[in-house]
Amino acid sequence: MSLKGAAAIAGIGETAYTRRSPRTAEELQFEASLAAIADAGLTPSDIDGVIPVGITGAPAEEYVTNFGIRDLRFSALIPHGGASGVGALQCAAAAIAAGICTTVLVPFGRNISSGARAGVRIHQMPQFRLVTEFERPAGAIAPAQLYAPMARQHMQRYGTTSEQFGEIAVVCREHAILNGNAVMTKPITLADHQNSRMITDPFRLLDCSLESDGGAAYVVTSAERARDLRQPVVELLGVALGHPDSPNSITQRPDLGEIGIARAAPIAFAMAGAGPADIDVAEVYDCFTYVVLRQFEDMGFCAKGEGGPFVMNGRLRIDGALPTNTHGGLLSQGHLLGMNHIVELVRQLRGHGGPAQVDGAQVGLVTGYGDMGDGGLAIMGRPR
Amino acid sequence: MSEELSRAYWDGAARGVLVVQQCGNCGKIRHYPRVLCDACWSFEVRPLEVAGRGTVRSWTVTEHAFDPAIAADVPYTLVTVDMAAGVRMLGRFRGGGGMAARIREGMLVRLTFEPDAAGQPMPVFAPAAPQEL
Repeated sequence: MSLKGAAAIAGIGETAYTRRSPRTAEELQFEASLAAIADAGLTPSDIDGVIPVGITGAPAEEYVTNFGIRDLRFSALIPHGGASGVGALQCAAAAIAAGICTTVLVPFGRNISSGARAGVRIHQMPQFRLVTEFERPAGAIAPAQLYAPMARQHMQRYGTTSEQFGEIAVVCREHAILNGNAVMTKPITLADHQNSRMITDPFRLLDCSLESDGGAAYVVTSAERARDLRQPVVELLGVALGHPDSPNSITQRPDLGEIGIARAAPIAFAMAGAGPADIDVAEVYDCFTYVVLRQFEDMGFCAKGEGGPFVMNGRLRIDGALPTNTHGGLLSQGHLLGMNHIVELVRQLRGHGGPAQVDGAQVGLVTGYGDMGDGGLAIMGRPR
Repeated sequence: MSEELSRAYWDGAARGVLVVQQCGNCGKIRHYPRVLCDACWSFEVRPLEVAGRGTVRSWTVTEHAFDPAIAADVPYTLVTVDMAAGVRMLGRFRGGGGMAARIREGMLVRLTFEPDAAGQPMPVFAPAAPQEL
């Protein structure tokens, strides 16, 4: 049994993305959930599966009490950080295809800009126990410092440049401005990127994603049932997750540059019966600029080492050959753990992208990238 | 659990030497400490003192103080080092940001441990001449 065509995202919801929300993570998660359920033309009591993403919001049981769900038939935890949104889609589709439940809500909410920042949060997570014990004492505190050696190695080996990182930052900012619901609203130039202060080289301030508050959610059901609901159908065509060696410590990974999506991508593309040339729009996890170009290599859009030149010359713009992060991504719209990437892909494939709509978008992809290298890829499309 | 697993490493660090795990069954060396050998799945393990020499694989110069406790240290350089014993380490490169210009992939380095602000041993790498190793 393949998950191709087995499930569809029938509803999407978002809160405002801000820096200082007065609302709790739980409230933001519920607000986005209610919006996603209403978007699908459903009511909260129609939900019979919940897969909460991340560790900052409410667990599945809270949906029973707050939403009045009488018969919660399925729930799960996906412990893969920024790959969890795509992982939850895989899990929901499998549960629906197996007949366990019919309608799965995948919610996420966070209020972190008023709380602990990433450099504190990751050390509270069990998957970073070894990083905390063995790498933090040397001064490796934040993810940027752990990803930087990977990016450095790519530059040393392949001649990748900071300007190529900058192109990704500039395009994401343009797209965030088109979207409107974004934390960052001021245009930037490549010169702004090059002049932004160095955080941990080669990452400048504008290479790093944001710390944001907000909620995002989606509703999964069978593709067949989705046809009877309110929105244009956006089907799941292929999905897979993959993990690199030593998933939770980049330092101990035999190939420092290895990431999980290299293992997931061939499986997801084979399931979809599609390849990179079929992709009209791409929402690519962008915790740092560098990981965007690296994921294009590992998904087969270009050869290893050619990610730098690949992202140049406007290719990623709305009117480019491969419109990417059409909502502004984690770099400029907001850090919603990639849940905003999934919402945006559905919006694009419905044709509801507004000023950022990609003409004729029929098939697209969304990636997830979790912790220190967990990778997810989902390919979605309009029914033919 | 975790404290017991890594006790030999920290005891070694306090003495200024690198102690890694060696599988008690097949002899495979591993780091960071973990419960099983991934080659033969044995629980048997013994501590093994190995040479503190290695070569630089990659690095980053940190200019932003991610924690107020290290604000006085910035800029500082973190190095990812391929140890001669076949494991990796992440440590501080001695000399601060100014030394970054000298750093390159393949540079020979030698490990020492120095107490951090809290008195815990911190891995520190310094450039080494081949004859020192």
